[in-house]
Amino acid sequence: MKNELEKDVPETDAYEELHDVPAKSRLRLSWIGKFCLGIVIFWIIIALFGSYLAPYHEAHFIEEDLTGNEFDDPSFMSPTRQVLLGTDYIGRDVLSRIMWGARTTIGISFVATILAYIVGIFLGVTAAVAGKWTDAILSRSIEVVLSFPSIMLGLITIAAFGSSIPILIVLSGLIYAASVFRIARALSLDIIVQDFVEVTRARGEGLWWIITREVLPNIAMPLATDFGIRLIFIILFISSLSFLGLGVQPPISDWGSMVRENLQGLANGFSGGAIATIAPALAIASLTIAINIIIDDISAHDGGSLSGKMV
Amino acid sequence: MWIMAARRILIGIFLIWAVSAFIFLITQILPGDAAELILGQTATDASLEALREKLGLNQAWYTQYLNWIYGLVTGDLGVSVAGGSTIADLIKFRIGNTLFVGGIVAVISIPLSLSLGLTAAMMPGSMIDRVITATTLGLIAVPDFFVAIFLILILAVGLGWFPSVSYLRGNEGFLKSLYVLTLPIFTLVLVVSAQMTRMTRAGILNVMSSPYIEMAILKGIPRRTIILRHALLNSIGPIINVIALNLAYLVSGVVIMETIFAYPGLAKLMVDGVQTRDIPLVQACGMIFCTTFVVLILIADLATIVSNPRLRHPK
Amino acid sequence: MKAKPIFQCRDLKIEARPWAQEPIEIVKGISFNVFPGQVVALIGESGSGKTTISLAALGYTKPGLHFSSGEAILLEKDMINLDYEEKRLMRGEHVAYLAQSAAATFNPSLTIGEQVIESALLHGALSKETAEKRAIELYLALELPQPYMIGKLYPHQVSGGQLQRLMAAMALVEKPSLLVLDEPTTALDVTTQIEVLKAIKKVIREEKSAAIYVTHDLSVVAQIADHVVVLYDGVIKEQGTVEEIINNPKHSYTNKLMAAVRPTPKANLIEQSVLESEHSNSALVVKNISAGYGGTNKRTPTKLVLHDVSFSLNHGEVVGIIGESGCGKSTLARVISGLLPASSGQILLNEKELHPSVKNRSLNELQLVQFIFQMADTALNPRQTIGEIIGRPLTFYHGVKGKKRDEEVREIMRLVELPDAFMNRRPTEISGGQKQRVNLARGLAAKPTLLLCDEVTSALDTIVGANVISLLKKLGEETGISFVFISHDLSTVSSFADKIVVLYAGRLVEQGTVQEILSPPFHPYTKLLINSVPELRVGWLEETLKKQSTEVGISGTVEMTDVGCPFYNRCHIKIEGLCNTTSAPLTSSLSGHEIACHHLDMALLE
Repeated sequence: MKNELEKDVPETDAYEELHDVPAKSRLRLSWIGKFCLGIVIFWIIIALFGSYLAPYHEAHFIEEDLTGNEFDDPSFMSPTRQVLLGTDYIGRDVLSRIMWGARTTIGISFVATILAYIVGIFLGVTAAVAGKWTDAILSRSIEVVLSFPSIMLGLITIAAFGSSIPILIVLSGLIYAASVFRIARALSLDIIVQDFVEVTRARGEGLWWIITREVLPNIAMPLATDFGIRLIFIILFISSLSFLGLGVQPPISDWGSMVRENLQGLANGFSGGAIATIAPALAIASLTIAINIIIDDISAHDGGSLSGKMV
Repeated sequence: MWIMAARRILIGIFLIWAVSAFIFLITQILPGDAAELILGQTATDASLEALREKLGLNQAWYTQYLNWIYGLVTGDLGVSVAGGSTIADLIKFRIGNTLFVGGIVAVISIPLSLSLGLTAAMMPGSMIDRVITATTLGLIAVPDFFVAIFLILILAVGLGWFPSVSYLRGNEGFLKSLYVLTLPIFTLVLVVSAQMTRMTRAGILNVMSSPYIEMAILKGIPRRTIILRHALLNSIGPIINVIALNLAYLVSGVVIMETIFAYPGLAKLMVDGVQTRDIPLVQACGMIFCTTFVVLILIADLATIVSNPRLRHPK
Repeated sequence: MKAKPIFQCRDLKIEARPWAQEPIEIVKGISFNVFPGQVVALIGESGSGKTTISLAALGYTKPGLHFSSGEAILLEKDMINLDYEEKRLMRGEHVAYLAQSAAATFNPSLTIGEQVIESALLHGALSKETAEKRAIELYLALELPQPYMIGKLYPHQVSGGQLQRLMAAMALVEKPSLLVLDEPTTALDVTTQIEVLKAIKKVIREEKSAAIYVTHDLSVVAQIADHVVVLYDGVIKEQGTVEEIINNPKHSYTNKLMAAVRPTPKANLIEQSVLESEHSNSALVVKNISAGYGGTNKRTPTKLVLHDVSFSLNHGEVVGIIGESGCGKSTLARVISGLLPASSGQILLNEKELHPSVKNRSLNELQLVQFIFQMADTALNPRQTIGEIIGRPLTFYHGVKGKKRDEEVREIMRLVELPDAFMNRRPTEISGGQKQRVNLARGLAAKPTLLLCDEVTSALDTIVGANVISLLKKLGEETGISFVFISHDLSTVSSFADKIVVLYAGRLVEQGTVQEILSPPFHPYTKLLINSVPELRVGWLEETLKKQSTEVGISGTVEMTDVGCPFYNRCHIKIEGLCNTTSAPLTSSLSGHEIACHHLDMALLE
């Protein structure tokens, strides 16, 4: 057999090392992802400025129409130019309450998620980096928290302490801190067995350097994606409590409690009434689904390594 | 393997104990004087003292705890503060209702979600898969009551097929009960199956991406055999795990469902108890739910241990 | 050779279509033939597309890759255009695949036997009885232990080398016309490698099947192939018979590959090290070190990995630590660095004793010993720039900051031949060889007197690895740093080291200068190791297999023993009743170096 030699390659070819993996592209959201980002931004704006933009105060009873005539029964009114989404069971403007409620629902959930993150990451990284005993004690205690269904923990705590906004924040923050702890600890454990951390240990660096320079920067990205998932869970959790009548207390408006208050309106069908129930429910769903789809988009870009987490 | 399983069971027992201690601590010790809480601030000292005596609040905390545990184990759960009837009686009536719904939901949703998950996993990226993933994602991302509201709106209010309130007198026949309970069952099936379908799909896809599946393809094994023999065999552990976890998830779903449909189950009893601050009732119901949850999670973990071939056939 | 080819690859093109990106061509028009009974080797470095091409013979692409044009004709059928059912009937029966990692390709939940005959049964090619008989025949031919029983075991119950041979049985059970072998020996130790090579070669000859053998190792190619196809970046650079390619390579790339294969150790060709007695004071003394893992107390580990190891190293010298995976060589490096405190023994650096644990060493002591990790991929923090990575030891040990630090970093980068522009890049943006240079540069930045290099070239391609070795040599000469150089590759070690320490199952079995180690008297294990390193010439495998020491050595597996000689079960000259009960002392041989063996020198001479 003849020795086939390729002719057209210059002999000076340097034969550099070949790359296995093509370089990563920058993150680009799909059109549906961009749309969802729009929804999330919309709700953030409403949460920040809704109380100034809303036509009425959240506790304001609509008693007369624009011309000054008094209503016979202002409850469960159908949408009009005055009340774009109708009124609720005691005659308050549904649109205004949703705009005010955005602040309560998103605000409480966001603060609770931040709390969950601060506590969870602090304890999780500590457990991973500090010694065997600290880790064992922390992990066991967290396991106890996780062996409660979160709604049960909520019910029991509220039975004991009653419900108020600070209690809701601390309660949901701490419950979800347990799951953040688990993730932060697992991610940190992955990092601290990496050779580059061994290198810093061999160099003699202190714990502070290892945590702040080696561990935290490397777990930041996955944790950021997880933040969205945690936020969804907390929104759902707080809405569920409110829906049970154990969350945000009247007259403060909150999407979950709005659904509960107006539940009887469902029977009225689509003519008024039902809108007062459906609108806040849709508000919650639009926000959580949007966040979820954005995360899914990011995960798909990451090779799907994170998409398993939401199941 | 048995050592690991035994270890896990011990941890389970420890967790149940920890749960009981936590419930007791947070409801009985921390909030201060339960008697005052129950009778309100206007109560006289004498009546407070009498109630404390009756509830055993004057005893040391550990005696209280031991008495409570003893009561739990022997079924003497004390007297409901609000109604005055014994908690055991209240629960006995309600727990059957909850188990009835839970059982039916499990019977429907387990086969349903396993087959949906399997179908989606067999054709990743196909139209069916995309529909299944999108729908389940949507169902998971919205609150449970959202699903219920829409079902009520369409099936009860709009079409008038089913009642929107599920009140049982206790003397209906099976079919009649089923009819009354259609909406709550449907709601729970949707919510639980969504979760379970996604987990099944993910579990099988995870196995399907392993090198031995690629090898089976390259050995010329028919697709059906690959799924049923190579993939499913290795997914049994994870799938049992998924089922147990989702039955545990039912615990939360049931709370919302019973409230929205005014169904007289255990969860509704507990929510009412929380609203009236009926501590002994909340404690008892909480213990039942949490123990179930821990046991189900324990089963999930045991399934994972037992299904590991490395542990089943040691060197 | 006049016969029709069994498999033809015609202008094959395969591309990757990454998510939301332009397709990238991975295989750029490949044509070659495989004739009946012929073994064709596809050789190339990582990224050359060799595995992708070999899988085309089965009409398969990895997820994310797609055939874009060309044909892969097997037995007159174009595998690419068949539908799944037609492909399925070809796969297993006419063409079979052997993957690199047998451990991952066996289903953990099924017995080995079930998996070996599964394909034959499903194709209806053999009945259950004949298939089982055929499997046992193959187990016998592949010289597997307990051929009648092994089929009933589960994959995790047998060793890696055995599993690799069992996979060969699985592939051969239906007598396929074409075998595709994807680096079947790469993940194995050298002594295991020849055991598998031998079995595969024998079985291919006996079964008269044709094969495509994918590898990056020219020495292995020389043993097993008839025809060689040299690949680079998805393009064929050269192809011809194995004699033509090995003895008379024409293309510059083939020449480069050949040059990078380090010459096999030939004792008489190595010039005696002149460094020997120049320095009297030692750079490093390791005295009676034992160490292990597990247990609550560092001083009493439950699993001892190193037993009583001693050696020393003079200034400017290179000591090579050699042994197979699991022999404790990396543990030794971790013990010296203090990452894993020794359970007993002493470490002296520049004649001063070091504390066993890194936590209790002074900054100065830490600075003088630097550890270079094996995998540059994981040893560099992906979130720091190259400048930060190299600069940190300068700040940490020497307090150098700001502009001065940048300047010094640039100087060090020049020393390891990295362009200045890399300062602001991150590790994910540079190639494997460059990462290893950054890894080295970070060690150098501390200005140490001793560098611990743990398998620094084993994760690199041949050519890149050869460049790193020459860089290390240059650094050794320019800076006078001493090296502890750990490797499983005898040829790499002997091309760079002055002294060699041979470890086996956590014990030191022989040590001396390179010259002494590579010439008799040998410890039986050293001899097996030397005989197992494939040589870049045709016919080496047969020669080495004729040697009795190899034959005995490859039939056994490593066992960690507490009493007696650890090599007892693989030794061709073991003494019953002595070697299995008493540990051999480390004694000086005739030539003056140390061997741990009960035999006198004469028996070890050949």
